[in-house]
Amino acid sequence: MFDLDDLATEAEEASNEASTIEELSKVQAKFLGKKSKLVGAKKKLGTLPAEDRASAGKELNELKDQIDQLISDRKTVLQESEWNSKFDKETMDLTEKLSPINRGHLHLITQARDELEDVFIGMGYSVAEGPEVETAWYNFEALNIPDWHPARGNFDTIFVDLGEPEEVMLRSHTSPVQIRTMEKQEPPIYIVAPGRTFRTDSADATHLPAFNQIEGLVIDKGITMGDLAGTIDSFVHAFFGEEVKSRLRPSYFPFTEPSAEFDISRADGSWLELGGCGMVHPNVLRNCNIDPEVWQGFAFGFGIDRLVSMRYQLDDIRELVVNDARFLRQF
Amino acid sequence: MKVLLSWLKEFIPDLNHDHEKIGEKLSALGLAVESTEIVGSELPGVVVGKVLDLRPHPNAERIQLVDVDLGDGEATQICCGAFNMQVGDVIPVATVGSTLPDGMEIAQRKLRGEVSNGMCCSASEIGLGDDSDGIMILSENDPDREWVIGSSLSGALGLESDILWDLEVNANRPDAMSISGVARDLAASLEIPFEFPMDRDQKPQVVPGAGIQIDIHDPTLCGKFLACVVKGITVGPSPQWLQNRLIHLGMRPINNVVDISNYVMLELGQPNHTYDLKKVNGSRLGTRRAKAGESIVTLDDVERTLSEIDGVIVDGDDNPIGIAGIMGGASSEISESTTEIIIEVAWWDPPSISRSVKNLNLMSEASMRFRRGADYGINMDRSLNRVVQLLSETCEPEMLELIQADGNLPNASPVRVSKERVNGLLGTSLTNQEMMDLLRSIGFESKEATTEGGNETPYQEGFEVIVPSWRWDTQTETDLAEEIARTFGYERIERTIPRGPFTGQLSRFQKGRRTVREILIGAGCDETMPMPFLAPGDLQNAGLPNTAISISNPLVQEESLLRTSLLPGQLKIISYNQSHRVKKLKFFEIGHVYLPSEVDQILPDEREYLSISITGGNATEIVAILDLISSSMAFPNMQLKQQEIDGLHPARSAQVYVAGQSSGTVGEVDPRVLRNYGIDGPVAWLELDLGSILTGSFGKKKYKSVSKYPSSDIDLAFEVPVNTSSASIEGCLRKAGGAYLKELELFDSYKAEDGNGEVRSLAYNLRFQSNDGTLTDGEVSELRAACIEEVQKKTDARLRE
Repeated sequence: MFDLDDLATEAEEASNEASTIEELSKVQAKFLGKKSKLVGAKKKLGTLPAEDRASAGKELNELKDQIDQLISDRKTVLQESEWNSKFDKETMDLTEKLSPINRGHLHLITQARDELEDVFIGMGYSVAEGPEVETAWYNFEALNIPDWHPARGNFDTIFVDLGEPEEVMLRSHTSPVQIRTMEKQEPPIYIVAPGRTFRTDSADATHLPAFNQIEGLVIDKGITMGDLAGTIDSFVHAFFGEEVKSRLRPSYFPFTEPSAEFDISRADGSWLELGGCGMVHPNVLRNCNIDPEVWQGFAFGFGIDRLVSMRYQLDDIRELVVNDARFLRQF
Repeated sequence: MKVLLSWLKEFIPDLNHDHEKIGEKLSALGLAVESTEIVGSELPGVVVGKVLDLRPHPNAERIQLVDVDLGDGEATQICCGAFNMQVGDVIPVATVGSTLPDGMEIAQRKLRGEVSNGMCCSASEIGLGDDSDGIMILSENDPDREWVIGSSLSGALGLESDILWDLEVNANRPDAMSISGVARDLAASLEIPFEFPMDRDQKPQVVPGAGIQIDIHDPTLCGKFLACVVKGITVGPSPQWLQNRLIHLGMRPINNVVDISNYVMLELGQPNHTYDLKKVNGSRLGTRRAKAGESIVTLDDVERTLSEIDGVIVDGDDNPIGIAGIMGGASSEISESTTEIIIEVAWWDPPSISRSVKNLNLMSEASMRFRRGADYGINMDRSLNRVVQLLSETCEPEMLELIQADGNLPNASPVRVSKERVNGLLGTSLTNQEMMDLLRSIGFESKEATTEGGNETPYQEGFEVIVPSWRWDTQTETDLAEEIARTFGYERIERTIPRGPFTGQLSRFQKGRRTVREILIGAGCDETMPMPFLAPGDLQNAGLPNTAISISNPLVQEESLLRTSLLPGQLKIISYNQSHRVKKLKFFEIGHVYLPSEVDQILPDEREYLSISITGGNATEIVAILDLISSSMAFPNMQLKQQEIDGLHPARSAQVYVAGQSSGTVGEVDPRVLRNYGIDGPVAWLELDLGSILTGSFGKKKYKSVSKYPSSDIDLAFEVPVNTSSASIEGCLRKAGGAYLKELELFDSYKAEDGNGEVRSLAYNLRFQSNDGTLTDGEVSELRAACIEEVQKKTDARLRE
C-alpha cells in the first residue's frame, strides 16, 4: 500500500553498516525521523479509506517496532564494542608495584613484650613499670641482698655517677619494681613488670649490656610453691604451646626462698633453662611493711631478648639493638 | 665446682649408678650440671720409657732423635720435636699401633729420612691437664720412684677412666664447694649411706707441746682458729694420683705441702693454710683487722695495700703474714728448704671476707668458700688431721699438739619449724616425721620437742632442728622449708593455679602507648630500640647541651653516658642504614631518657620519650604525623610555637605544647648536625615527652551531632608577612566562624617576590553549616566578613581580592 515492503530490510542493512553510535543515530533519523518514509506514510494514513486505516496503521506500527528493535539491538552491540575498545586502551598490568603501601613494624621486643603482657593480663595480672636507674635499696637491699652478699657480684652492675659510690645504678633486674609496687599497693598483688635491665656485659652474639626482662609477682593469702609451679606451667602452655612442659629445679636467689630455676621442654626431649623464680623471701615482704605471717607469694622472671632470639633463631642477639631497617621490616 | 666420680665414691661406697642418672640427680638437687666429661683412659699402648740417648737429626734442626728403652733393653729410635729431656729421664711413650685420647694414631714413619717408632708425649697429649709445653718428665715429678720401664703408663700413674662434672654452686651452698658436701647431698637423694672415710683412719700420733701461740684480737672477724706445728717435713712432689685429681679439678700441682693443702680444701671444703714455721717471727699467730695503709706481699708476689675492711693474720711482731680468708703472704711461703710448718684451719666471718674480697678485688679458692660460710664444726679438726695424714704418704711428719682459739661463732640455737607453715608455703601435706626424715638425710637433726632453758617440751605442731655447722646461712624456718622442698623434690609438689580477685588490664597510660604505636606503624614507621648509652661527643655532635649523667664503670667509651634525648641514637641508626644503602627511612622509638634531676632527688629525672624521624621528609610531613597522633589520641589543645631549638634547623623548628605544657619539639634536624653524623638530609624530627602527655588528660572525645542541612563553602586567601604562622590565621578563622565553621583546610601556600620583598599567600577553604537550618546567603556573607575582619584585626595579614 505504501511500498514499504523493503523498509525493514533496508533499515537492518543500514544499521548493521553503522559502526558507531553516531552513525546509528543517523540511521535512526533516516528510518524513524520526521522526514522518514515511515512518518511520511503515517501522515498519509488519513487519506486512506476508513476501512483500510486500521489495518494499515497497525502494519505501520509493527514496522516501526521492528525497526526500533533492530536499531536498539545494534545499539547494544555498538555500545558494548565501544566499552571494549575503551577497556582495551585502559589495560593495566596489575603486577606493576610502583607505589606500595608500607606499614611500619613493631620491634620484636615490643611484639614479645605485648604478647607476654597479654598472657598474664588474661590470668588477672596488671602491668607495672619502674625507673631504669635505681638506688641500691631497690636494686639490692630491699631484695635481701646486703652490701657484703656474694650474690651482688653476680649482677655485674652498671653504676651511675650520682650519690655515693655504688649508690645509684642501672637496674640489673626488673625486681626493683616488685619493691616499688609492694611499697605503694596493699596486697593482694598480681603484677607483671616488663622492662629494660642492664649488666656490664660486652655486646657479643649472645650478650647485650642492655636487655629486657619480665618479672611476675603475686602476693596474696595462702599462695604456695604449688601455685608458682602451676602458674609457670600455665604460662608456658599459653606462650609456647600445650605440648611444651615445664619443670622447676632448686636454685638460689637472695630474694626468694625456696628458689628455683624453671626450664621448658624442647622437641628433642632436652630441657632449656628459661628463668628464675621462687617464694618471696619474708625479709623482702618485711622491707615493704607487709606482714609475712599473713601474706605470702611468689615471683618469677626471665629474659625477653633470649626468648625472641630463640623463637626466631637469631644468630646474633645484637640484631636487636643495631636497628637495621632490613631486619626490622621482616617481622 | 668440679667433682670426680671416683672421688665421690670414696664418700658413698654404694654409688654404682649410671653417670647420667647421677648427673640428673645433681641438677635436681640444685647443683646444676654445667658439663660432663669423661677423663683419663687406659691409654693402651702408652708405656713408661727411659731416654737412652739424644742426638741431632741429620737433616732437620727442629727435630732430635731420641733412643728410648721400652722395657726390652733395646734402643728404639723416635723423632721428637721437644728438647726438654735428658738421658736417663723417664717419659711416657706412645708405641706404634697405639691411639692417643685426641684420636691420633701412632704409626711407624719416616721424618726427613729418619725412622720414628712412636711418640714421646706431653702431659696434655695423654689427657693429663693442659700442659703441652715439652715432654712430660715422669722422673722429675717423682724422683725417688723405681719405674718399671715398659709398664703401662696408666697403671704406673693410676690413671683410670673417670667422670668429671662441672657443677654450678649457688651462693647459699658453702658445703657444696667440696667433694664431701656434694656427696652428702647426692647420697641423701639416692637414699644410700654417706660417710667420711678418713674418720675411720687412725689419728696421727701427737708429740707433746704446741710450739706456737695463737691470739684472736677481733672475735667478730675470726670465729675459730685451729693450728698445729708439724715437723719432719720434706718438700717434694706429691703422689701422682693426687696430682692427677688436682689437675682434673683445675689446679696446678706445686709441691706436696701445697698440693695436700689444696686437696683437703677441695675434698672437705675447708680452706687451710700452711706457713713455714721458721719464717713466722715469734712462733705466734694472731688475727685482727688491718690498719689503714698497712701492706703485704701476697703469695702471687703482688704488694697489696690494706684497709680496715680487711682482716689479717699477723706474726709475733704484729706484722701481717696473710690476708684473712683470702690469701697467704709471700714471707712465710713453703719452699724446698721448709722442714717445719704450721697448719692453719680457721673460720672467718663471711660478710667480713666478702667485703674484703670486694675491697681488694682479690678472689681466691679460699675466699670463695669463706664468703659463703665455711664449716665451723668438727670438719675443721678432720681437715687438719687429713692434711697430716696425707703428708705422711710423702714424708715422715711429726705432729705437735693442736691448739685452738675461739671468737664469735654463728648462733647455732635450734630453729623451730611449724609443719603447717611449711606445708602452707610449699603446697604439700607432709607429716612431721616425713619432714624430719628429709632433713636428717642431709645432716639436719631434729626432734618433735621444743627446748627452752634446757627443758624439753613435746611439740606436736612441728619440730626443732639443729642446723649443721656446714650450713652457715641456714637460719630460719623458711630456709629449712627450702631444704625440705629440695630433698622432697620440686617435681613432686602438686601444681595449682591461684585465682586472684582482679581483672587483669593495662593502665590508661599503657593502653595509650600501645595505641600510639599502632598509629605509627599504620603511618609506615618502623620501631627501633637502640641501647640508651651515648659516647662522649654524641650530644655535642647532635647540637645538644652536654648534660648527660655518666656511668661510673663503663666497659667501653661508646657506652659511658646516659642519653638525655633520643636524637643521637636515632641519628646513629639513620647513618648506619644509609651507609648500608637503605633509603626512605621512617623510624620511631619509645624509650627512657635520663635528665639531671632536681637538687633533692638522688635519681635522675627519668622520662619516657617518643621520637619519630623521616629521611627525605620536611618539617610539614612530620607535623602531619604529629597532628595524626594528636587528633587520634585527642591530646588536649596541641599547639606549635615556632622557635629555634637545639639540634634542629633554626628556621624549621617548633616547640610542641599539649594542655599548655611544653611537651616536645618538632621540625627538621639541623643540616650541620646531619653533616656531623654523615647523613643525607633532610631529616624531619619529632620528639615528645610521651610519658607526661599520656599520664595527663587525653582521649576525651565528645559527640557532635552531624548537621542535616546543606553546607556552603567559601575560599579566603590572605597575603601574610613571612613570619606570620598559618596557625594564627586559622585561630582567627575558627574564632570568627564559631560553631558554624565545620571544616577548615589550607589548600594553597606560596611565597613570591613583589617589589617590596617577599610575600606569602595562604588560601583556605571554609565550610559553613548550621545544625538548625540552611544558612542564607546573607548569613554566609556575614560569617565571611567576620572571618576577614578577625584575621585583619589580629594579624598583619590582608585579604587578597
